[in-house]
Amino acid sequence: MSNDLIKKLQAFLPADAVLHETEDLKPYECDGLSAYRQTPMIVVLPESESQVVQILKLCYAMQIPVVARGAGTGLSGGALPHANGVLVSLAKLNCMLEIDPLARTARVQPGVRNLAISEAAKPHGLYYAPDPSSQIACSIGGNVAENSGGVHCLKYGLTVHNILKLRVLTINGEILEIGGDSLDSPGYDLLALITGSEGMLGIVTEITVKLIPIPEKAQLVMAAFDDIQKAGQAVANIIAAGIIPAGMEMMDKITIHAVEAFLHAGYDLNAEAILLCESDGTTEEVADEIQRIQTIMKSSGATDLKTSRDDPERLRLWAGRKAAFPAAGRVSPDYYCMDGTIPRKHLAKVLKGIATLSETYGLRCMNVFHAGDGNLHPLILYDANTPGELEKTEAFGGKILEMCIQAGGTITGEHGVGVEKINQMCSQFESDELNLFHSVKTAFDPQGLLNPGKAVPTLHRCAELGAMHVHHGEEKFPDLPRF
Amino acid sequence: MQTLIDQFASTIRTAAENQRPLHIQGGGSKAFYGRPLINPAEKLDVSALQGIIDYEPTELVITARAGTTLATIESLLQQNNQMLAFEPPYFANSATLGGCIATGLSGPRRASAGAVRDFVLGVRILDGNGRDLRFGGQVMKNVAGYDVSRLMVGAMGTLGVLLEISLKVLPIPAVERTLSLDMDEAHAIEYMNRWAGKPLPISATGFVDDRLFIRLSGAESAVHAAQIQLGGEINQESEMFWKSVREHSHNFFKSAKSLWRLSVKSTTPPIKLPQSTQFIEWNGALRWLAYQETMPADIIRQITREIGGSATFFRNTDPAIPVFQQPGPALMHVHRQLKKQFDPAGILNPGRLYPQF
Ligand SMILES: Cc1cc2nc3c(=O)[nH]c(=O)nc-3n(C[C@H](O)[C@H](O)[C@H](O)COP(=O)(O)OP(=O)(O)OC[C@H]3O[C@@H](n4cnc5c(N)ncnc54)[C@H](O)[C@@H]3O)c2cc1C
Repeated sequence: MSNDLIKKLQAFLPADAVLHETEDLKPYECDGLSAYRQTPMIVVLPESESQVVQILKLCYAMQIPVVARGAGTGLSGGALPHANGVLVSLAKLNCMLEIDPLARTARVQPGVRNLAISEAAKPHGLYYAPDPSSQIACSIGGNVAENSGGVHCLKYGLTVHNILKLRVLTINGEILEIGGDSLDSPGYDLLALITGSEGMLGIVTEITVKLIPIPEKAQLVMAAFDDIQKAGQAVANIIAAGIIPAGMEMMDKITIHAVEAFLHAGYDLNAEAILLCESDGTTEEVADEIQRIQTIMKSSGATDLKTSRDDPERLRLWAGRKAAFPAAGRVSPDYYCMDGTIPRKHLAKVLKGIATLSETYGLRCMNVFHAGDGNLHPLILYDANTPGELEKTEAFGGKILEMCIQAGGTITGEHGVGVEKINQMCSQFESDELNLFHSVKTAFDPQGLLNPGKAVPTLHRCAELGAMHVHHGEEKFPDLPRF
Repeated sequence: MQTLIDQFASTIRTAAENQRPLHIQGGGSKAFYGRPLINPAEKLDVSALQGIIDYEPTELVITARAGTTLATIESLLQQNNQMLAFEPPYFANSATLGGCIATGLSGPRRASAGAVRDFVLGVRILDGNGRDLRFGGQVMKNVAGYDVSRLMVGAMGTLGVLLEISLKVLPIPAVERTLSLDMDEAHAIEYMNRWAGKPLPISATGFVDDRLFIRLSGAESAVHAAQIQLGGEINQESEMFWKSVREHSHNFFKSAKSLWRLSVKSTTPPIKLPQSTQFIEWNGALRWLAYQETMPADIIRQITREIGGSATFFRNTDPAIPVFQQPGPALMHVHRQLKKQFDPAGILNPGRLYPQF
């Protein structure tokens, strides 16, 4: 079958756009979550939407599974290939089609890198707000598929808040135009439904994003705390004062040490937690807000405060946070990034729980945290070459996610379910709810050919796991200590 | 409350078995909006489903039952110096949260702060099989499963009966001030878009009778700085003016015999439609058309389509005219497929959105 398919693909694609030799397929066997690997049958590299349409029509006719891939930076195995399927890389669809400075929009192809949009918009004083840490590499198509966020999303929103229009191909090659150049369109909000759908409902071939003005000024306060609970309280106090910071990030002690050894950003090594809080806006507004933030940090018990004097200093202070992942890579051969979100008030409890689990499993864990919106990124440090350590890490990670559900949160804030968190979906949702997700999939892709086996577990799988369903923070025995 | 929900679920199951349509009703404040039901239907009154379930100001999240009035919610938020940033129109004091989500209507702050759907974090619904389902949650970021919560916004109750909704809330700005400037329509459209591209705290724009209104919101320092850049006069009735826009109590809306809502690209030049008067919001992306007589809908729809927008017959004076613009065949197919999955018997508010389902 594969030879037949290769021939048919080569009929309309250039020879170098159809990969089928093992060594050519290797680079595509995993995404950013390298613990899961699978060599695809074929990789195709289309250069136009019409080629993607042809690929889909062909695969549909032959009932062959299709997996879309952007830049492959995903952290949940969403772009993990299918052994008997075609992996469609959107990397060559990378044209910036149009920037309309007056309307403040950019129309781009899915393979365009996130940061490239902001770079192109910069001469107009505009930028694209969602800024995942992977923004130099990740594609906007991947961002739409994962509903990616960044450190500025408390104030400026996630991908879903910053896109206007999509062109989406369904599995049978039909073109859907979703959303519009206006701010709303009649009918169901398919724009929201497609966003974050992990390549399960269609392949995105064009995206119109919103651009917003680059703030006149940005300034950062770094506050050190001798107690993580106090740092959490400081976040609540800032919000209670009616401030929505442009960014608010937290790091725990082990992260501070790892990052400082790596970058020398100037963080306080005695601190139990560091908060980075950014204000942006007009010069006057920022001056006001920074002063208020400083006062609140002090009254919340900050042991040390540093305020950026200029942009290089601000970026230096950010650099530490942005380098948390590579820093983890320096202190440990491997790390595993989790992505739960919790109501912020449970931060101390959950972090204590993670610390206990860390002892139980004998694995270190660094905690970085989008503090403003409760999105935790515990980084479990492990060594894949030590037999059994990956399995232990996954079990540890699974426990963290269940703890997030118990705290009334979710198993994934921005990285998606993919193959990685598919078991925890059984804990987060009831079978009726999972059924409805399958129904949504059926509405777009009745045969289940697009990205099969990802994002939503079969009920059969959940039954086999026998996972305790922890429903939205309602614990079975709420009085028993769990952490 | 669970008893009530169980009752609703059983009503839905019975209706589904007998293929008898249900008409979901909240406060009735937006009953005029959308299409009338296809056939006479049994009422499913959800207005008794009231109460705020959870509100923690420092988490920026509120969860309330669908029948809770917007007034109740907003007054609690206000006590904590917070607000629903999308400024939902009430159109009557009876307006409920459920109706606000189902119609998906947002007010003047929409272009700067976002729409209803942007603030929805989670829902609990009964689907057309009477199944009690929860999606999303009470946290800001959540990508577990498809975004069914936002799918409910603007669905006019055709996909499920809303029971509970969690929303993100925001602080009330310290200062709000409105400037007004005299200019013609073409200039106003250009002006609004140009300034929207500058880092200024503009939170609403409105243009009517050759006068442009710009609301600034934020810290006094920021508002003051913007005011100096923009010029114009300070409008003394800022709050009242925007309320009249949000609630359609402004003379423009009150005197309209029929009202069309055009959602277009913000930079669209003045739309010439004879006999209409217009009110522009959202930096040009929303154009209200008022008519003294019934207008040929085809012409309005055709012109709107040509400029890549959509036209809604907002206050419908002629039941023969479709309210919402029809999507193309491929999109309509997806709509019908989704409807079939959520409500296989087709009993939830049939015809309220499109005549086909
Ligand atoms: C160091 C590092 C830091 C990161 N930081 C962040 C962060 O701060 N915030 C955050 O949200 N994420 C972060 N990520 C995760 C990742 O970068 C995002 O999920 C990103 O959006 C993935 O984009 P991609 O182009 O690499 O997609 P891929 O990994 O190639 O694919 C991801 C998913 O999208 C689907 N897909 C890709 N393109 C399309 C398309 N055109 N149409 C339909 N489906 C498609 C794939 O099938 C897959 O399911 C980080 C990752 C790394 C490695």
